[in-house]
Amino acid sequence: MLESKRITLLAGHYGSGKTNIAVNWAKFLKDSGKSVTVADLDIVNPYFRTKDSEADFKEWGIKLIASPYASSNVDLPSLPQDFYAVVDDRSSYAVIDVGGDDRGAYALGRYVDRILHENNYELLLVVNKYRPLTPDCKSTVEIMHEIENACRMKFTSIVNNSNLGCETDAQIVLDSVDYANEIAAMTGLSIKMTTVESNLFNELNDKINNLFPLHLQSKIF
Amino acid sequence: MSEKVLMKGNEAIAEAAIRSGCRYYLGYPITPQTEVAAYMAKKMPKIGGVFMQAESEISAVNMVYGVAATGKRCMTSSSSPGISLKCEGLSYLAACDLPSVVVNVQRGGPGLGGIQPSQSDYFQATKGSGHGDFRMIVLAPSSVQEMADLTSLAFDLADKYRMTSMVLADGTIGQMMEPVELKDDMHETHYDKPWACTGTKMEREHNIINSLILKPEILEQLNLDRYEKYKVVEENEPRYEEFMMEDADICIVAFGIASRVSKSAIVEARKQGIKVGLIRPITLWPFPEEPIRIAADKVKSFISVELSMGQLIYDVKLASQCKKPVYLCSRVGGMITSPDYVLKKIIEVNNLGGASV
Repeated sequence: MLESKRITLLAGHYGSGKTNIAVNWAKFLKDSGKSVTVADLDIVNPYFRTKDSEADFKEWGIKLIASPYASSNVDLPSLPQDFYAVVDDRSSYAVIDVGGDDRGAYALGRYVDRILHENNYELLLVVNKYRPLTPDCKSTVEIMHEIENACRMKFTSIVNNSNLGCETDAQIVLDSVDYANEIAAMTGLSIKMTTVESNLFNELNDKINNLFPLHLQSKIF
Repeated sequence: MSEKVLMKGNEAIAEAAIRSGCRYYLGYPITPQTEVAAYMAKKMPKIGGVFMQAESEISAVNMVYGVAATGKRCMTSSSSPGISLKCEGLSYLAACDLPSVVVNVQRGGPGLGGIQPSQSDYFQATKGSGHGDFRMIVLAPSSVQEMADLTSLAFDLADKYRMTSMVLADGTIGQMMEPVELKDDMHETHYDKPWACTGTKMEREHNIINSLILKPEILEQLNLDRYEKYKVVEENEPRYEEFMMEDADICIVAFGIASRVSKSAIVEARKQGIKVGLIRPITLWPFPEEPIRIAADKVKSFISVELSMGQLIYDVKLASQCKKPVYLCSRVGGMITSPDYVLKKIIEVNNLGGASV
């Protein structure tokens, strides 16, 4: 059974899948009876964000805090003032979707002291072996250190989200296990979970520990 | 590496440019193409290349002019408002017959418009990219794989014809993520560039890159020569894809993201017994006139599906010589046509039975 600290922060390389995981993790927490708030801290990409799931969150009873400009036509990297409430309101679980790379993680800096002070958080490193700038452990760990330096926090564990989009099959995921294990060995972090699209879950569940099914949030053309 | 990777369209452009031998990227950030610049900023320094964030788009395109004059492969990228700023430079590049690659990941306009996808720079790209008589090769990708492949082709065609090649994408294809296969070396053909300004070493005459030609008889001749070259491009380089056209009564013409949506609509319409097909221009200039001219004798009508207020439709009318009615199906302002929206139009046109507009 997957456990959660009060605050779950998702960070990692640009396009590693943080937003999809944030949406699904929030739903998972909500389904297990917790009060959940999702905070969209992504100031890097105005195109694909948790805000796109606004209607779903409403239906699920999950509170969303995002820039009023997110997914609008205004490309302003601003953060809402009620973001502090996510960090300070200890009665609710929080899932924080941090923007990609070190550039995205800078925005986290101003909340770090409060998060560290409460000390009930997980900072998850989302990795995808099939992204062109993180094809091996060395490059992934390099980006990990850049993010840690930018947000002044240390990662606590890894989420292996290795996938090839619509062409992902069970073998693609299995082929990424060594990669994730090697990152874990290099960094001393544990692998919290491996995420797969829900249709692959049954096929892989007895082969990979802590498998977590994702219902993808994406636009199809 | 010929293994598949998961890339954003914008990243695929950047990586393909690098693998095509581009070592000079001169740009300025703007949504929705910023990932091109961000990718170049990360990678160029590691491979001995140059990433330059200029102080403006105008500056960036003139840096392209400078690099291109030395014969080196170079690229700039922007989105609609930024391309408008670059148009002066595009005219100068054409005047000097400099090979360069320019990427436009379009967004809704006019003016600052929005940041969501659009195809409303079609006229600008294919007809009026600056003052004076000139053309650019314009390539329209409709998948992340094509973002890579057509970027590579853009470099080859630019060198081959000493022209600017534009990759005309849109915010959707720039931002979407798909699996891509990239060849290690995409720099297939190397062209001699005896015209480049690389230093004479006191062994040859100076090469001069200049667009100011004050004698009208000389300037006229340069224009005539350039248009002779364009004729060769028009003969050799049109590219297109046909989809379910064999027995089609209705021919959709669409490129880029609009063609993907159209394909979904066509599959649905076929289930309802409507014979509809697609001609997808891959080169917007030179425009693939021939397949449309041939289709005009077979089909009952055309539908131009585009994310603009009726721009592509003019080329469809010209190529089909208005032999059959041409209908417009469009969304603008950052809105994207859905398969249902296109299907509705197909049914509507089918009910008209090919009647004239």
